[in-house]
Amino acid sequence: MTDPAERITGLVGALRAHGVRIGTGETVDAALAAEALGLGDRELLREGLAATLLHGAAQRAVFDPVFDLYFPRGVGAPDAGPADREGLRDRLAEALAADDRTLMAQLAAQAVDGFGGYGSSPGSDGWSAYQTLERLRPQTLLARVRADVRAGAGAGGDFADRLLDDEIRRRIEEFRRLVGAEARRRVAERRGRDEIARRAVRPTADRVDFLFASREQLAELRRAVQPLARKLATRLAARRRRAARGTIDLRRTLRSSLSTGGVPMRPVLRRRRPVRPELVLLCDVSGSVSGFSDFTMLLVQALHDQFGKVRVFAFVNRLDEVTGLLDHGRADPEGLGARIRAEATLTGWHGSSDYGMALGEFTERYGAAVGPRTTVFVLGDARTNQSDPNLPAVREIARRARRVYWLNPEPAEQWGTGDSAAPAYADLVEMHECRTARQLGGLVGRLLPV
Amino acid sequence: MFTSVDDVSARLAETGYLASPAVATTVFLAARLGKPLLVEGPAGVGKTELAKAVAQVAEARLVRLQCYEGVDESRALYEWNHAKQLLRISAGPGESWDETRTDVFSEEFLLPRPLLTAIRGDEPTVLLIDETDKADVEMEGLLLEVLSDFQITVPELGTVTATRRPFVVLTSNAGRELSEALRRRCLFLHIGFPEEELERRIVRLKVPGLPEALAESVVRVVGALRAMDLRKAPSVAETVDWARTLLALGADTLDETVVRDSLGVILKHQDDIQKAAAKLDLDAL
Repeated sequence: MTDPAERITGLVGALRAHGVRIGTGETVDAALAAEALGLGDRELLREGLAATLLHGAAQRAVFDPVFDLYFPRGVGAPDAGPADREGLRDRLAEALAADDRTLMAQLAAQAVDGFGGYGSSPGSDGWSAYQTLERLRPQTLLARVRADVRAGAGAGGDFADRLLDDEIRRRIEEFRRLVGAEARRRVAERRGRDEIARRAVRPTADRVDFLFASREQLAELRRAVQPLARKLATRLAARRRRAARGTIDLRRTLRSSLSTGGVPMRPVLRRRRPVRPELVLLCDVSGSVSGFSDFTMLLVQALHDQFGKVRVFAFVNRLDEVTGLLDHGRADPEGLGARIRAEATLTGWHGSSDYGMALGEFTERYGAAVGPRTTVFVLGDARTNQSDPNLPAVREIARRARRVYWLNPEPAEQWGTGDSAAPAYADLVEMHECRTARQLGGLVGRLLPV
Repeated sequence: MFTSVDDVSARLAETGYLASPAVATTVFLAARLGKPLLVEGPAGVGKTELAKAVAQVAEARLVRLQCYEGVDESRALYEWNHAKQLLRISAGPGESWDETRTDVFSEEFLLPRPLLTAIRGDEPTVLLIDETDKADVEMEGLLLEVLSDFQITVPELGTVTATRRPFVVLTSNAGRELSEALRRRCLFLHIGFPEEELERRIVRLKVPGLPEALAESVVRVVGALRAMDLRKAPSVAETVDWARTLLALGADTLDETVVRDSLGVILKHQDDIQKAAAKLDLDAL
């Protein structure tokens, strides 16, 4: 093994490249931790380095795969020779039935070695987790493992047995993860650790692009909504407390100073009438941006208590109010999008989004929802499918509302390309790029009215 | 304080706290590096218990600062005992003002609060700053001085530096994002839900009378519930509660009726209960 100090600085460098902020002090602590724990037990070392280097639980998802690269379980190919596919599947089924993690890790290493390799010339060869799993197909072992477990336990009929399928699925998922880690390790050996650590490790959920998030990443994002909303809520409440203290009311200060002979002994603060701001949300829920708008609506729903009135409208090319579907306490993230599409009239005779039509319908039917206390958020990519963007409608909304913000899940470089009417809208209202949960949290925190 | 990570696990286990490898490692490092330990995680996974267990193992005094919105310097650090000061002033009528003034701001009239108590003590101390996220941001600034230098400045008396560093545990439910500066001074530990095997051991330890097979089923069902994406996933505390309930009900095995009747012990929201019932194929509630 190379110098541990070098490994740790390499690890720190890779983590920094993924946006984990680590200072020199922590790096030194990590080295001290490594010294105190020794390099013998890999899992202890992992926990020790995580404790010294990380500052939050979310960073763990980045840390673990990077750690696997810098402190690999082993080097080179596994000791056991290449296995035949059926033999490996047999042993995997046994490991899954027994829920034996160590054996699963060994089998993952053998599987990648036996079935994951591709290419032959240096530079174009490598190891693929995808290919390994394609050949091994661990998901097809479910029935067999279930039978094995049932036969082993003998009992049967226990209530908890109906959970067995899900448990086995989770074990298989764990095996897939192990195969992925092993393939990354093998590639890293070939191509240089630093490069792989930067490229092949998934970003944390809050940095995933809404438009390209996979299903499980979206699920992870949804779980992040509640804490994010709570954080924003405390921040809003604190801001409101501060704002309520107000500024000095010069006229009344002078007036009260008359009793002390013109010396302003006691400054009088301007009192604010507590106003709960109102919020209107216009969400594009068409297929292309649905992940984004679902997520934003959840966030708003969670922030519900902070506002006097929240109204949410969804549109594709027709527009309908969906406030009722977002009832507080009925947080069912997964079903939300489906519920909206099922219960509201959002499409006319075609299924693609039409901003001009929807915005026009909004000013026509729900114009009264927007007043001088209202902040309007428009959520969408502003891709109009070549139809009229209906700028007068946006102008009308902007005229009536206190503020209008447009959050666009597309990268700013792409605004205006193809059928995007983003620049035209951005001329009328403030438009912000909002591609990740991190950006959204920051924007919402900054833009929400006090 | 500890010789090795295994030593930590073994000695914590003696007090009835079963630690995962992550917990044991971090506690060991916190003691070795002399750094405060910031513990985050959902409610009911044993964050506060950990501090208590460490105190018991180290035979240390546990000093606890419970944070809440509005907790301030006088609640956390020290206060002057005004009543006693007044008594002292009125008891000595013949003195000059200067004499009285220097006199009433002395040790005798100081009321130490948790932070000062923990810093000044000579005996081994575990300082638990509980639910740090509930305190206001200003409080964090105060903690920074205490946690990095283990000293506190009392204007009238000067700076009090710890002769013996307390073992500090901060807990947080992540209700509010703690500042980077505070995190930077601490070792970070996230206690999540335990692995199945560890949880089984915890249940067996806390509810000794429970049949082995039932304990296993309980842990499996709770594991399945946690995978369900509920509003409030059941925690270890709930698992133990449920095990106790089942024991009290005299159940030998888990069956549909028992689960349906006692689901309220582990789930705290009506919609969670309905969702779980649907997924577990219980008849409609």
